[in-house]
Amino acid sequence: MTATEAREEATVGFGRRIRKEDARFLRGRGLYIDDVKLPGMLYGAVLRSPHAHARIVSIDTSAAEAHPKVKAVITGALLESLKLAWIPSLSHDVVAVLATDKVRFQGQEVAFVVAEDRYAARDALALIDVDYDVLPAVVDATKALDPDTPVIRDDIDGKTDNHIFDWEAGDAAATDAAFEQADVVVTQDVLYPRVHPAPLETCGAVADMDKVTGKLTIWCNTQAPHAHRTLYAIVAGLPEQKIRVISPDIGGGFGNKVGIYPGYVLAVVGSIVTGKPVKWVEDRAENLMSTSFARDYHMRGEIAATRDGRILGVRVNVLADHGAFNNTAQPTKFPAGFFHVFTGSYDYPAAHCTVKGVYTNKAPGGVAYACSFRVTEAVYLVERIVDCLADELDMDPAELRMKNLLRPEQFPYLSPTGWEYDSGDYPKTLRTAMDLAGYPELRAEQAEKRARGELMGIGVSFFTETVGAGPRKHMDILGLGMADGAEVRIHPTGKAVVRLSVQTQGQGHETTFAQIVSEVTGIPSDDIEVVHGDTDNTPFGLGTYGSRSTPVSGAAVAVAARRVVDKAKIIAGAMLEASPDDLEWNRGTFSIKGDPAVTKTIQEVALAAHGPLELPEGVEGHLDAQCVYDPPNLTYPYGAYIAVVDVDAGTGVVKVRRFIAVDDCGPRINPMIVEGQIHGGLADGIGMALMEVIAFDEDGNCLGGSFMDYQLPTALECPSWELGETVTPSPHHPLGAKGVGESATVGSPAAVVNAVMDALKPFGVRHVDMPLTSAQVWRAMHGRPFRTDLAITD
Amino acid sequence: MQVQMTVNDQPVTREIEPRLLLVHFLRDELGLTGTHWGCDTSNCGVCVVSMDGVPVKSCTVLAAMADGRTVRTVEGLERDGELDPVQQGFMNEHGLQCGFCTPGMMITARALLDESPDPTPAEIREAISGQLCRCTGYENIVRAIRWAATHPRPAAAETSEAVSS
Repeated sequence: MTATEAREEATVGFGRRIRKEDARFLRGRGLYIDDVKLPGMLYGAVLRSPHAHARIVSIDTSAAEAHPKVKAVITGALLESLKLAWIPSLSHDVVAVLATDKVRFQGQEVAFVVAEDRYAARDALALIDVDYDVLPAVVDATKALDPDTPVIRDDIDGKTDNHIFDWEAGDAAATDAAFEQADVVVTQDVLYPRVHPAPLETCGAVADMDKVTGKLTIWCNTQAPHAHRTLYAIVAGLPEQKIRVISPDIGGGFGNKVGIYPGYVLAVVGSIVTGKPVKWVEDRAENLMSTSFARDYHMRGEIAATRDGRILGVRVNVLADHGAFNNTAQPTKFPAGFFHVFTGSYDYPAAHCTVKGVYTNKAPGGVAYACSFRVTEAVYLVERIVDCLADELDMDPAELRMKNLLRPEQFPYLSPTGWEYDSGDYPKTLRTAMDLAGYPELRAEQAEKRARGELMGIGVSFFTETVGAGPRKHMDILGLGMADGAEVRIHPTGKAVVRLSVQTQGQGHETTFAQIVSEVTGIPSDDIEVVHGDTDNTPFGLGTYGSRSTPVSGAAVAVAARRVVDKAKIIAGAMLEASPDDLEWNRGTFSIKGDPAVTKTIQEVALAAHGPLELPEGVEGHLDAQCVYDPPNLTYPYGAYIAVVDVDAGTGVVKVRRFIAVDDCGPRINPMIVEGQIHGGLADGIGMALMEVIAFDEDGNCLGGSFMDYQLPTALECPSWELGETVTPSPHHPLGAKGVGESATVGSPAAVVNAVMDALKPFGVRHVDMPLTSAQVWRAMHGRPFRTDLAITD
Repeated sequence: MQVQMTVNDQPVTREIEPRLLLVHFLRDELGLTGTHWGCDTSNCGVCVVSMDGVPVKSCTVLAAMADGRTVRTVEGLERDGELDPVQQGFMNEHGLQCGFCTPGMMITARALLDESPDPTPAEIREAISGQLCRCTGYENIVRAIRWAATHPRPAAAETSEAVSS
């Protein structure tokens, strides 16, 4: 039964439950970053480069400084004197806070103005005079390593090209051998173009340096407040106990709000320079042009199979466009993230991939947009080439998948590139999706329509995600291991508070995490307060991204809550003058075995724990516990998606008529919230498949710098989603939960593209790159598809 | 220059720069931060407020253009401590996640229902198609507005902008 059918509210434990946070959001009483207003606060604005690649000859700030409302103008030269012109990136490179030598992408930060109000700060930007010596821009990633290409990163000693890294995974020799035995090999170039998470709230910060106490408070809509605090301490040399990061309500993140952007550092410097709190909130163009993009993977996939459709191996070569600085937020050991999970959901012995990273004159970034550390790219590639193979073999793509899916008895399954998939019943999930869709009927309808010249397509995708990073011994970001803390404290009256390291951006943590404590302790969810987003009041942890809140922080909370119950049992024993071993626990109540009338509730135990009751030797008073959860493995949520599209043969316009999504994320803590997250991710998939791209012209001008150019799906592009579920718990997670935040974003683009390619079969089209705008589809139908990452020139 | 308007049933008078946008007037001058700002180009609709009963994007309306008008923001949806059915619908049907687009969506929904009390899902999708949501995939917003349509406020308490203006 889905959440929308089950309307009953769960007052204790798991189940549908209306969200706690809604009460303030519905009344306009949220507190987002731009709502923060401190006494005496000033406003900052960033001057950005109009050029993609240029040497800075001079910067004249005198006219801006003379503006009556301007309090400070900060340039790269000032930052250099503070050793803050460059900061470490998230991937062992550096990022310029303000450009000192060159600008390396359009929109790069050049100067910062602090003024009395936001309009005056903007006015003053126009008064700064920068003299640029414009250089040729490196735009096409496939040409970034050509010998005559300008070197973007001449700030790095001895750098003579635009190469960043080479990385590989899998077994090259075994893969070659598999390909030699194959009846059929299909090769396909696939671009996952640059897109942007584009949360509706842009990024921003309010920095407040108290010169008397030496305490720096940074309000910032960050998904990772604790990691930010530590990085500020390392970068700025400030003592960590004197830094407090407060992450208020966040208007969507999707990965965009993980990193530390130059604007945040500039707000801090502005506050230090002026002695006042300084707010900086970027505008939409700044968000799209300068903050963390996603994807930009140029991939070649090769798939080998027998004539009857048994997959033997997959080989992948990737060219990764990382922009001007390598600032992709991946765990240290994984420069291409978890891309090598590209072997997907199928049973075959051999796989190999290489990934080459290059610099271009584009904005840096690269983890963002609900991608689970590059699993999005991996899933898209494998699901596309499996469809290409089906086309080559003239097999039904669902049948080909069913034939090759991992079988339930193979779990835990060790993949050819070294991942241990935790649990799954893949065929059941695909069958569920096909039943919901009415797959044979859809194929019959398609045949009829094709006969009439109408273009209808059915697209299938099956994805496996890897989420919930760590374990910390394998996964860290800049040396910070990916483990998260949680604290559960029961008050004397039996109410509770739970403190989290992770930070919600709309996922409903205040509701879900209360439900986890409730599920374990029996205390009603309404009696449990969730505290998060304040580094002075919560335990350390790496934050919310990569779908890790439930898999990691949710586990920490569950373990801490169980420790509370364990302690409560000892205290209940003392209260009942019985051995704890003689007690039974029925969620919320202890009773003496064989004498169910003699009970103590968790609330009674909480009061006793704070009272004069004599406690057993070694048992401290009060009722609380904590846990730092280091995941033993990643979790592997998965799902089967089916998209049904109609393509207008005259215009190339694609309409997604139906979308069927069957997800298996283990047990659902709050099914209403889970379904909502899936809905959002499915819309992302339609956006990326059909509309979203950040392309660049030959001079490096960003062609997706506003919502007029960067198209996002509206209610008209989205169908009414049809959801189903299967439930296969994770064997290693305390709740069996696998995480779901990014599943639909990861799995859905391939279903839509596969459906459009299916519709275009009569035209002999096997693959066209996203986004499948009407122009791209129409041109594909007429044999002239274009490269979507570059300006159209013909 | 001076502007006078009625915001959420309260008369307000302020001295402003002529170039001040309505969204900044509401947020910075009046402290009504429930109205958000998201794109500058009238595409996202998180800044939608009701002006004389008509939803407008307050990032592309000058405060001066609202002079003499009646403005309602999300803070003015609740009446006498009771949520508007649209607010209740968004809560019951999980029509919001991060909450950033929600005020604008609800203002548009209120205007739609004032005009057309029983809209079809297709009509609802059309009505909110000038606004973006990045979290919900729209389905639950449609359901939320349908919920409001089937649970109207009792007629006695009806004081919609369309009627009062």
